[in-house]
Amino acid sequence: MDFTLSKEHEMARTLFKEFAENEVKPLAQEIDENHRFPRETVDKMAKYGFLGIPVPKELGGQGCDPLTYVMCVEEMSKVCGTTGVIVSAHTSLCVDPIQTFGTDEQKKKYLPDLASGKKLGAFGLTEPGAGTDAQGQQTKAVLDGDEWILNGSKCFITNGKEADVYVIFAVTGKIEKRGKMMKEISAFIVEKGTPGFTFGTKENKMGICASSTYELIFTDCRIPKANLLGAQGKGFNIAMHTLDGGRIGIAAQALGIAEGALETTIQYVKERKQFGRAIAAFQNTQFQLADMATKVEAAKLLVYKAAMKKAEYTKNPKVSYSVEAAMAKLCAAEVAMEVTTKCVQLHGGYGYIREYDVERMMRDAKITEIYEGTSEVQRMVISANLLK
Amino acid sequence: MNLEEYKGVFVFAQQVDNEVCGIAYELLGKAKELAQPLNTQVTAVLIGSDVKNLVDNLAEYGADRVIVVDDPELKEYRTEPYAHALSSVINEYKPEIVLVGATAIGRDLGPTVSARVATGLTADCTVLEIGDFPLVAIPGKESEQKHNQLLMTRPAFGGNTIATIACPNNRPQMATVRPGVMQKIEPVKGAKAEVIEYNPGFTPNNKYVEIKEVVKAVSDVKDIMDAKILVSGGRGVGSPENFKILEDLAEALGGQVSCSRAVVDSGWKPKELQVGQTGKTVRPNVYFAIGISGAIQHVAGMEESDIIIAINKDEDAPIFDVADYGVVGDLNKIVPQLTEQIKKAIAEK
Amino acid sequence: MKIVVCIKQVPDTKGGVKFNPDGTLDRASMLAIMNPDDKAGLEAALKLKDADPENTEVTVLTMGLPKAADVLREAIAMGADKGVLVTDRVLGGADTWATSTTIAGALRNIDYDLIITGRQAIDGDTAQVGPQIAEHLGIPVISYAQEIKVEGDKVIVKRQYDDRYHMLEAKMPCLVTALSELGTPRYMTPGGIFDACKAEITTWGRADLKDVEDCNLGLAGSPTKIAKASDKVRKGAGEKVTPDSPDEAVAYIVGKLKDKHVI
Repeated sequence: MDFTLSKEHEMARTLFKEFAENEVKPLAQEIDENHRFPRETVDKMAKYGFLGIPVPKELGGQGCDPLTYVMCVEEMSKVCGTTGVIVSAHTSLCVDPIQTFGTDEQKKKYLPDLASGKKLGAFGLTEPGAGTDAQGQQTKAVLDGDEWILNGSKCFITNGKEADVYVIFAVTGKIEKRGKMMKEISAFIVEKGTPGFTFGTKENKMGICASSTYELIFTDCRIPKANLLGAQGKGFNIAMHTLDGGRIGIAAQALGIAEGALETTIQYVKERKQFGRAIAAFQNTQFQLADMATKVEAAKLLVYKAAMKKAEYTKNPKVSYSVEAAMAKLCAAEVAMEVTTKCVQLHGGYGYIREYDVERMMRDAKITEIYEGTSEVQRMVISANLLK
Repeated sequence: MNLEEYKGVFVFAQQVDNEVCGIAYELLGKAKELAQPLNTQVTAVLIGSDVKNLVDNLAEYGADRVIVVDDPELKEYRTEPYAHALSSVINEYKPEIVLVGATAIGRDLGPTVSARVATGLTADCTVLEIGDFPLVAIPGKESEQKHNQLLMTRPAFGGNTIATIACPNNRPQMATVRPGVMQKIEPVKGAKAEVIEYNPGFTPNNKYVEIKEVVKAVSDVKDIMDAKILVSGGRGVGSPENFKILEDLAEALGGQVSCSRAVVDSGWKPKELQVGQTGKTVRPNVYFAIGISGAIQHVAGMEESDIIIAINKDEDAPIFDVADYGVVGDLNKIVPQLTEQIKKAIAEK
Repeated sequence: MKIVVCIKQVPDTKGGVKFNPDGTLDRASMLAIMNPDDKAGLEAALKLKDADPENTEVTVLTMGLPKAADVLREAIAMGADKGVLVTDRVLGGADTWATSTTIAGALRNIDYDLIITGRQAIDGDTAQVGPQIAEHLGIPVISYAQEIKVEGDKVIVKRQYDDRYHMLEAKMPCLVTALSELGTPRYMTPGGIFDACKAEITTWGRADLKDVEDCNLGLAGSPTKIAKASDKVRKGAGEKVTPDSPDEAVAYIVGKLKDKHVI
């Protein structure tokens, strides 16, 4: 058991921190206010390999481990929750399933461009009637000769209109499972620009406002047979596996937001004076900071542990990191919400004003309790494992 | 090396386009001071092409003697011929002290020459004096303390520390000196110096670089180091456009506008207006620091000003630690009104 | 083309400097970074490598304590090919003369066409080591470079002066000292970091230096000696007022200017 970071990870942390401070932080407020997707940041991250951190070098990636990737999302999220989720959705939800379940041809075709950031990835599982319950899927795919024909829609898709490559789930039939007829779900790789693939509503959100969240619409959208990802009918497993990884990314985002809010607030309470002294001199402030720092540290250990477990999985696919990922996300998301709320409170009136970063951080934090499995779903995953 | 052989205080009299640079006069002023306790002469070393006409100017500012190295190879500054000229003079005339301006020329020439003549060089000095090394004799080793040494004081770590340095066992003792720090003397009209023409011979070798092009910065901006009153703005001014209110104030007072590094970094003002460790050292009669937080790097370049007036909305800004008169308030409201009131006061006089 | 970039690990003075109770610099509490001018020089070298990656090799060299290997790794993570660390107890306490003598002694073991150093380091601000290395090696030096281009066996440099610039051409081998204006340094890449941590750093001690004499090395070989070092004593604060209105503020300043006969 060793809690010290390796030289590699320390250097990577320095890199991500510097990049976040110089390139991401200056934009955070403006892109939030204008609901503007930070394409220039994506291009810069692409240039430095941030969009292919855990992808092997042979496939155009950086050949680093999941912890390095987690630190990237964490550091970006410290200054901008949106930038954090752009990296997370791309890497965990699109690159990862193609890397894990794709054929050699699919990997060769898609991963180099995705890992180098030439193309951005997204993931479409959620539908108006199917969020947490994947069995509620309505989107259908029917095989017609050499092509699958997709019909239906996906909603709340992160990197929605900005992505180039999408991992999409659709019903491909029905199978009997334990005497019940269940939908057979399969996964597909869909490229932007495919005829019949269009965009619907742009969501106007509470937080992560600069993230491009769109409805995807498929109308007789024909995709090559070769774009089936994994075996037919394995879509549910692929989705669940992918979300396990995605949860680590979101946990890192939540952790980053919490850390960012805490750092900003520590600075603020030292400067802000009330009743003739800095508010940091009040015991209420001190104890709140102590509690928050402790919770953030606990969340961090869970998030890093989940990343280490995922690293173990890459060496031995029998290892499961599902519970670790769920615990990390549950804890980090709730800590993020609690910490940002308290940080706003410590800022007083200023915390409620757009000009102050903690206001945005509190709005950004909320989504981490919701997407890629709500906190309730995480509890289901964890308890199911306890009671099995 | 027989240290006793080395005599006299030499100054590299930098000239550009056949005009003596202000730093040369500043160095002569200091050299005169240093020569006194050493009971020696001040020699200016004038290097260039067709520069003999500048000899009298150097005499008026305190040179007892001028060594002129005049050669067509020396028309524009280039490291090699200039280093050859100065190091040949040093080897020939054996000065005990050589002062060079810490300019973009001197900071290239100084190190090259010091390495060539195998002596130490202290960079960017702000104080030079003659004294003992060690400063206090080590008990029992009193005889080892050296007297009449050049003690060179310079800031380091971005102005956060100062160090006093000596060069006890090598000669000459060399220093580059920050422009704007030493005082020139009142020129003595009609003063004459002994003139020696010396040419070590210039044969181009691999170290000669070729000047393909000389591009002078087109600038009619007066040097902020010469200003009596500076109105200096920082990031707090808010925008390049808003510098107008500072310019108006400067104009009312007959002063000039300068700025902090943050302003240059933001591209609001050119580098030549920057005050501070990485900019210029200024010591005007009055220095207004407006919307300048007062980072140590900035303070290092202006703290010698006679009167410092700071206006800043942040009452904890470090600029107030060096300001003679600090005003906590909104510069946008104060500065325009101040300009009006000053104009009024001057008109009433 | 073979490029050697000399880099230095320095304490980051940006956030101010911390002192030990005895007045010496508290280096341990300050972040150690790659000197900014050196980093700009490295960027210039890496740009030359970008233009011709097959035929360009960038070696980074530093002198310092063993932990200075960190800046070599950082440089490799940015794209440099090799790192050389010159470290030895007898080299400690060197002034610019002894430092340049040491680095020149190391460089004599390396094939180079172009040597790039930063103009100056933020801890000493002397700008001396670059030109002195060139002098020891007997090669041309161009200081204060704002731009560097290579054409054949020549290097073309935009050299900054106070009121002008010169376009200079020198035959390689040649030494150029870089200004920060030379270019914003690139970031490391995550994969570069992992490679850099595995990379072998060549480590040289006193015995590996070529053609240098002991009497020119380290503290003992330094012609300049520190007589005194201290935290800078600053002039104390004057008055500070917080006026209730701009009128009051203006009246205060005008009053002071009149008192001092400025107006």
